[in-house]
This record gives sequence, C-alpha cells and structure tokens, in this order.
Amino acid sequence: MSAIRYKIENINSKGEKALTVFLTSGFPNPQKFVKLVLEIEKAGADLIEIGLPFGDSLADGPVIQSSYVEALKSKINLTKTLDYISEIKSKSDIPIILMSSSNPILNYGKNKFCTESKNAKVDGLIIPDVPLEEYDDFFTRDFTQFDKILLTTPTSSEKRIKSIDEKSSGFLYCVSVVGTTGVRNNFDEYVLQNLNRTYKIASKNKMQIGFGISSGEDVKRFSPYCDGVIVGSAVIKSLLTDDEKFTNTIKLVKELKEACKN
Amino acid sequence: MNTKFIYNHPTEEGKFGKYGGKFVPETLITALEELEEAYNKLRNDETFLNEFNDLQDTYNGRPTPLTFSQRLTDHYKGAKVYLKREDLCHTGAHKINNALGQILIAKYLGKKRIIAETGAGQHGVATATVCAKFGLECNVYMGEEDIERQKLNVFRMKMLGAKVIPVSSGSKTLKDATNEAIRDWIANVQNTHYIIGSVVGPHPYPMIVRDFQSVIGKEAKEQILKVENKLPNYVVACVGGGSNAMGIFHEFIQHKEVNLIGVEAAGYGVDTDLHCATLTLGREGIFHGMKTYLLQNEDGQVAPVHSISAGLDYPGVGPEHSYLKDLERVKYVSATDDEALWATLKISELEGILPALETAHAFAYLEKLMPNTKENEIVIVNVSGRGDKDLNTIIDKIGGELE
Repeated sequence: MSAIRYKIENINSKGEKALTVFLTSGFPNPQKFVKLVLEIEKAGADLIEIGLPFGDSLADGPVIQSSYVEALKSKINLTKTLDYISEIKSKSDIPIILMSSSNPILNYGKNKFCTESKNAKVDGLIIPDVPLEEYDDFFTRDFTQFDKILLTTPTSSEKRIKSIDEKSSGFLYCVSVVGTTGVRNNFDEYVLQNLNRTYKIASKNKMQIGFGISSGEDVKRFSPYCDGVIVGSAVIKSLLTDDEKFTNTIKLVKELKEACKN
Repeated sequence: MNTKFIYNHPTEEGKFGKYGGKFVPETLITALEELEEAYNKLRNDETFLNEFNDLQDTYNGRPTPLTFSQRLTDHYKGAKVYLKREDLCHTGAHKINNALGQILIAKYLGKKRIIAETGAGQHGVATATVCAKFGLECNVYMGEEDIERQKLNVFRMKMLGAKVIPVSSGSKTLKDATNEAIRDWIANVQNTHYIIGSVVGPHPYPMIVRDFQSVIGKEAKEQILKVENKLPNYVVACVGGGSNAMGIFHEFIQHKEVNLIGVEAAGYGVDTDLHCATLTLGREGIFHGMKTYLLQNEDGQVAPVHSISAGLDYPGVGPEHSYLKDLERVKYVSATDDEALWATLKISELEGILPALETAHAFAYLEKLMPNTKENEIVIVNVSGRGDKDLNTIIDKIGGELE
C-alpha cells in the first residue's frame, strides 16, 4: 500500500479525519521552508502537499497566485523543490505530494523528473491540468512509482467520478466548489449534496475534500462526507502576514486538526 | 498540376499530431464536452448554417473582396499582389467571423453570459458587437498594458455595452487576460460561454475557431480562380495565436503547390529577449489548455514577450500551427516592430489601405519574399484588420516625422 493511503487509513482507524496542508514551495521564506514544513507537521498535519510555483496556473485563485509570484521572485524551481523534499524526508516520514502544472514537468523532462522525484522520495503527484483525457498521454510508464491523485468537481458526472476514482491512486481529491482555489465565506446546500454524492460514488479510494476550507467549523461541516480535508489558501493567506515563528499559521493548523478529531 | 494531399485534423481527441488536447482542470471538462457535442450537431444543421451564413452576408458584409494591388505589384516588380480584405469586415477585422459563429452556439447552449479575452481589442469589439446584437451580457478581460495602447477599442467595447475588466497580473497583456478569462469560466461555467478569439485553448476551440475563420480561404480561392484561373503561389498571413492565418491557410493546405507563409512578431528582434516569435524560437509546452510551441524559460515558466502589436503579443500559438510547422507544410518567419511600422506607412501610401499593426507584419515580409518571385506568379496577403485602432501607437512612435 502507498504511504499516502496507509497514512489516511491509519488516521481514519483512530476515528479521525486526515489533514493535508498545502504549502507553496519556498514560501514565505526560502531559508525557513523545511523548518516550516516540520512545524506544520508537529502542529497536526498528516500529509503535506507542496505546490511548485507556476506563473500561469489556471486552477488557482489570487491568494495562491500571489504566493507563486513571491516564490518565483526567490527563484524557486523544480530542482530547488526536490531538494526541499529530500531534506524534509531525511527528517520526517510524512507523506509528500507534489502539486505542479504540467508544463514545468514536461519542460524538465519526464524521465529526469521521475528519477529525481523518486530519489527525493516524493510519494504522490497532483497535476490539475492533466484530466482523464490526457492521463495516458502525460503519465508515461516512468510515473508508475508515484500515486497520481486526480480531482473530481461538482461539474463531473457520476460516470466520470467513477472513472476518475478508478484511475486515481493515493486518494481521490474532491473539489468542493465550482471555481479556483481560495477561501469561501459560505457553502450552500448544493455543495454538501455534491460532496455526499461523490463520497458515495468513490469506492476505490479514500476521499479528501479541498478548495475553500479555512476553519475548524468548515472541517466539521465536511467531516461526514470525507476521509480527510486539504487546506491551502487559508494557510497561505495566514503565512502572508504571519510573524517569523509562523505563530498564527501553527495555531490555525492546530485548530484544523482538532476539528478533524471530532 | 494539382497535387492534393489528405489533411483531416484534429483527431476526435482534439490532437494535431502531438499538439492540442484538453489540458484543463476537471471543472471545465463537462463544458468542453457540451460545446463539442453542440458544435458537432450544429455544423451539419441547416437552420444553424442558414442563420450563420445570413449573418455573414447581411451583417458582417461577406464575401470580402480580393483586391488586386497594382502599385505594390509595380513597386516590387515580381509576382502579382492580391489582398484579401478582412479589414473590410464589420468592426474592422476577421475576428467577427468567429464571434458570430460562437454567439449562435452560446444561444443554442442557452448560456446568457459571455466572456472573452482580448489583446488588440479587435476580438473584444467583435464579441461586444455580437453580444449587443443578441442581447447577451458581455465581459471582456484585457491586460492593463493593452488597455493603455488600445484605448479606442476599449471605448468602443464600452459603447457596445460590454464590461471591460482590467487584468493586472503577470505581464498585463493577452496571456494574462486569457488566464483570467479561463479562471472566470472555471468559476461560472454553468451559465457562461467563453468565446475564445483565436485558434488556441483546449479542444474543441482551435477547431471551432478555425472552421469559422476558414471562410477567408474558401472565398480567396474562389476569387483568385475566377480572376486568374489558377491558384496562388504564395499566401502570407501574420500569426499571433494564428486565427486569421489558419482561416486563410486551411483551404489551401491540400494544394501542396501553394506556399503558405506565417509571419510572427519579432518585436525588437529574434536575437533579443523581447519578441514573440513562438514558432521560430519556442519549444514544446503546455499552456492555456493546449500542447503547443511555447516561449518559456529554463524552468518551464512562460517567458515575457513583446510586440508593438497587442494582437500578436502572445507567448503561445495555436496547436495546428505547431503541427503544420513540424510537417513543414507552412513556413514560419518573423518581422520586427520597426519593419511592421514601416510597412504600415508604406501600404497606406501605396495602396490607400491602413493595415492593423498585426497585419503589417505580413506586409513587412513582402520585402524578403517579393525579390524571389516571378512576374507570372501570384501572392495573396491576408489583410486581417485595419489600423485605425493603432493610430495612437503610430503617432507615439513616429511623432512629427510624418511630412
């Protein structure tokens, strides 16, 4: 079993939901990034998703985009990101998912990317602009060793959700809302209906919900419909204004983890 | 001699060779499928085709003329030069051909809200125009830099009832306007149709836009056969995303003896960092939902690009052009800002036609092409749009030098 799936099952077996925290590679401080990841783990994150900055990411809202702009100014690239992951993995066995747009990987060379990612101990990949239609074309045999986490959205048909669940590995990423990443002020009934529907259809994978989750309250509302939650923009937003010790961000992660326990 | 060659692209998956495809987030897949299904039905639907053709004739003013240019021909002392006059289309450029087709699709899909991206503003104006005609809400994304250099078109769009949304991210030009339009579509996909303005983006857009623009080449072929009783030797068009070029090339691809030439914008020069000669200097990438040639840095980040013409200021190119380049069916060359500016003035003086700065890149290439042509040969230049919108830029560049 993959490390990602094992971790989620392990957490679930304690009656808790898994918590995945998204961080932008090298953000907010390239020198302190590894330290940040380890602190976030200590605060309660079960899995870490690291986003490779891309200047033209289509699926991201303004908050994550602004973190990408900052990281790109610090010259964060794939090589640097794999170095971070390698260092984190030498200090912790927390499962790590690398999130990237497809172009930086294509540009790096798929073969080289896979070899170096394996060496860095990357566990899984999320490439949001590679949907089912492009899966076979993009994920050549080199990618076999990684979990490839696919996304469902409220616009996916029941039939598609089944196929996506079938192709996905590690877990199934259920996007809660129609739109780009970012904090939402409220979720309507339609959102919960869709989560409920998707959770019932997903049979192969554990399912985690992402997009728009920013508080313990959100986590509690979604808990009945998932095996875990992914929090990104809320964490990045907190980091944008946090102190050097990441005090508020760590507090937020603790709050989220606490909510995952009930 | 009429050596026909079989050309039938894209595949059902939307691929032109290895290019094209649907590299978009899952949220958009259902809308793309819905669009594809609607288009496949409508393209053979008599009612739809009658309505589209009627709009093209009675609203847009098609067919556009093919003008013989005596003075350009005399000037170069080579092949006869003909001009396909898309500048005479309603709203001043070929963009309206596609906007008319897509608004009918939006109507069929029952989408009440329209979004579009624009660079030079010609596609924005065309979209605002068809939205006004059909009474639909229109939102046009436009980079802040382009809003500044294409003020007249911004004002026109507003007069037509459209909302122009300034884009301040990235390079503040066409690429970023397209990013924002796609993000808007992701958020509002259920009630919104996105009218992409060029042969770019995820499948089926490159195919749909090409098909709606292919009227240019069909007419040009019929017109040249009527006056000259033979096919042209050269067809020249400018390429940014590449919709006017695909529009005029498509009908001629099968006739191998017709040399097709796409002229990209070389900005300050292809030996500088400030150009947008994607097919000349780019390499395979994935961008705006398609696999295609892309100008990018060593980390796979999209490169900043530059052209004097906002409509060519784009780091990618339609995937079909990438395929045609690899096939060596189309030759892609480039012209600099200065060459384009100079060609604008020259064509105005010699022919009484003020071409758009985009179009001027195609004219600029005549300097290199014409000395190698013979008097019994024929060149067709696609005049993709008129240059009234560029007067501010031209005045800024040449100032009081015009005597």
